[in-house]
Amino acid sequence: MKVLTEKGIYRLLMIIALSAIAMLLLIVLFILKEGLPFIFITGIRDFLLSSEWKPAAGKFGIFPMLVGSLWVTLGAMIVGVPLGLAGAVFISEFIPRWAMKIIKPTIELLAGIPSVVYGFIGVMVLAPLIRDYFGGPGLSIAAGAIILGIMILPTILSISIDSIKAVPNSYREGAFALGATHWQTIHMVVIPAARSGIVAGIILGLGRAIGETMAVIMVVGNAVKLPGSAFDSVRTLTANIALEMGYATGKHREALFATGVVLLVIIMVLNYFAASAIKRGVKK
Amino acid sequence: MPKIIKVKQLDLYYNQFQALKSVNMDVDNNNIIGLIGPSGCGKSTLLRTLNRMNDLIEGVKIKGEILLDGVNIYSSQMEIYELRKRVGMVFQRPNPFPLSIFENVSFGLKVERFTDKKKTAEIVEKSLQAAWLWDDLKDKLNESAIKLPLYQQQLLCIARLLAVEPEVILMDEPCSALDPIATMKVEELMLELKKEYHIVIVTHNMQQAARISDLCGYMLLGEMIEFGKTSDIFTNPRDKRTQDYITGRYG
Ligand SMILES: Nc1ncnc2c1ncn2[C@@H]1O[C@H](COP(=O)(O)OP(=O)(O)OP(=O)(O)O)[C@@H](O)[C@H]1O
Ligand SMILES: [Mg+2]
Repeated sequence: MKVLTEKGIYRLLMIIALSAIAMLLLIVLFILKEGLPFIFITGIRDFLLSSEWKPAAGKFGIFPMLVGSLWVTLGAMIVGVPLGLAGAVFISEFIPRWAMKIIKPTIELLAGIPSVVYGFIGVMVLAPLIRDYFGGPGLSIAAGAIILGIMILPTILSISIDSIKAVPNSYREGAFALGATHWQTIHMVVIPAARSGIVAGIILGLGRAIGETMAVIMVVGNAVKLPGSAFDSVRTLTANIALEMGYATGKHREALFATGVVLLVIIMVLNYFAASAIKRGVKK
Repeated sequence: MPKIIKVKQLDLYYNQFQALKSVNMDVDNNNIIGLIGPSGCGKSTLLRTLNRMNDLIEGVKIKGEILLDGVNIYSSQMEIYELRKRVGMVFQRPNPFPLSIFENVSFGLKVERFTDKKKTAEIVEKSLQAAWLWDDLKDKLNESAIKLPLYQQQLLCIARLLAVEPEVILMDEPCSALDPIATMKVEELMLELKKEYHIVIVTHNMQQAARISDLCGYMLLGEMIEFGKTSDIFTNPRDKRTQDYITGRYG
């Protein structure tokens, strides 16, 4: 009897797990089915590297969006990575335990703020500031980079803090016993020991930055053109899909799915790197 | 050349708890000093006062003096980072850094911002040789140190110290993670090293203390019950409590 119920539960969990995987697989297959044929018909080169996106004229080149996504994401990393790394080192190495108990949940809370709120702050506060001080439309790469940089901070921070905290104390003692200062100990032993975790955190943050849609739509201006500076408006891949999916039909709709395929590939490649970074850390 | 160590009336508190009670200890010449005593009697604590590792623990208070060649190591005359270079430490669990073998041995030089590459390589070789590792490891200096077998890791931790030429080497149960054959090797190495360094070793293993130490201290509940020549302590102890311990009547 008991064996039966255990087997039953095992089967039930198995079915639930498999159906979750199956759903994911179906989504991926669906996107590929809708998008891939279009890419092959247009030609990968034309699709990725042509700068003309004129759905009405049947021209579908996503190069400006690729460049837009690239710059906004790169900018987000420039803002988020140094802040995240410095913050993680400071929080995990210098702050007393009681303060840590307050800060850690706060960071997790930060991760839970809806992206539309970040976007709203970007539109109301950041964009006008940029417009006033640097010119241009304000809604720009710079605005997107700063907002996204802040949005990915919780990811980078919490994963980096965890991996720095997981560095055995015996390493720190060994360094101190050789006369190293606290700072030397951190950058010569602790950070190298936590590196794979930190890299994984950064890559996951990167993935989040590329995939983010709502906040980006609100702050980057969404102009389909190649940007001339950080204060120009751009459109990202995600924004392209979200903005046009509502009314797209026929070839246009397929082109948007194809944009989705490109995003999917980018995210999968990033996740692969994150996973292998984590695995390398475990093996050590 | 090794210097004279004097511990005078040393008290140490972990917050309210007194872990060392007016400990005295006097060491000159090249010697291996063994510290023995039951678990929790304060051996590690005493050892860690000698290179001020206890300073890293919150709530530690220290009274009394430790003189290294006449200078109180807790006074402002002694810089703590300098002290830790002069008084090196080997830990109970081998703790090589998760870096390459070469980087482990050259770590202390990097800490001192020593940049001469050629000289560094020479020192690394010399230190590995002194720790009897050179022949085994010379072809894999760039491999990760934490993949080595445990006893080589422990020898590497010793080599890592030798590279900065300390005056005193502190060892806290350096063999407790090692098998008997590796333990013998480390003991032989210590006898070799004592020609140039003071060694203070904490050990649970009374035979080990009897085998290798010249001076020996028996500690109990934070007190140094007896400190003197190893041969005296083991054959002719002055204190009844020491006698009980070495004849196995205590715990
Ligand atoms: N960080 C600490 N905070 C508070 N008490 C401590 C701390 N470290 C050690 N103690 C206490 O101080 C006493 C001496 O500890 P110590 O580690 O020096 O003993 P030991 O002789 O090395 O023991 P063992 O043989 O088990 O290693 C013990 O009672 C221990 O509980
Ligand atoms: Mg101990």
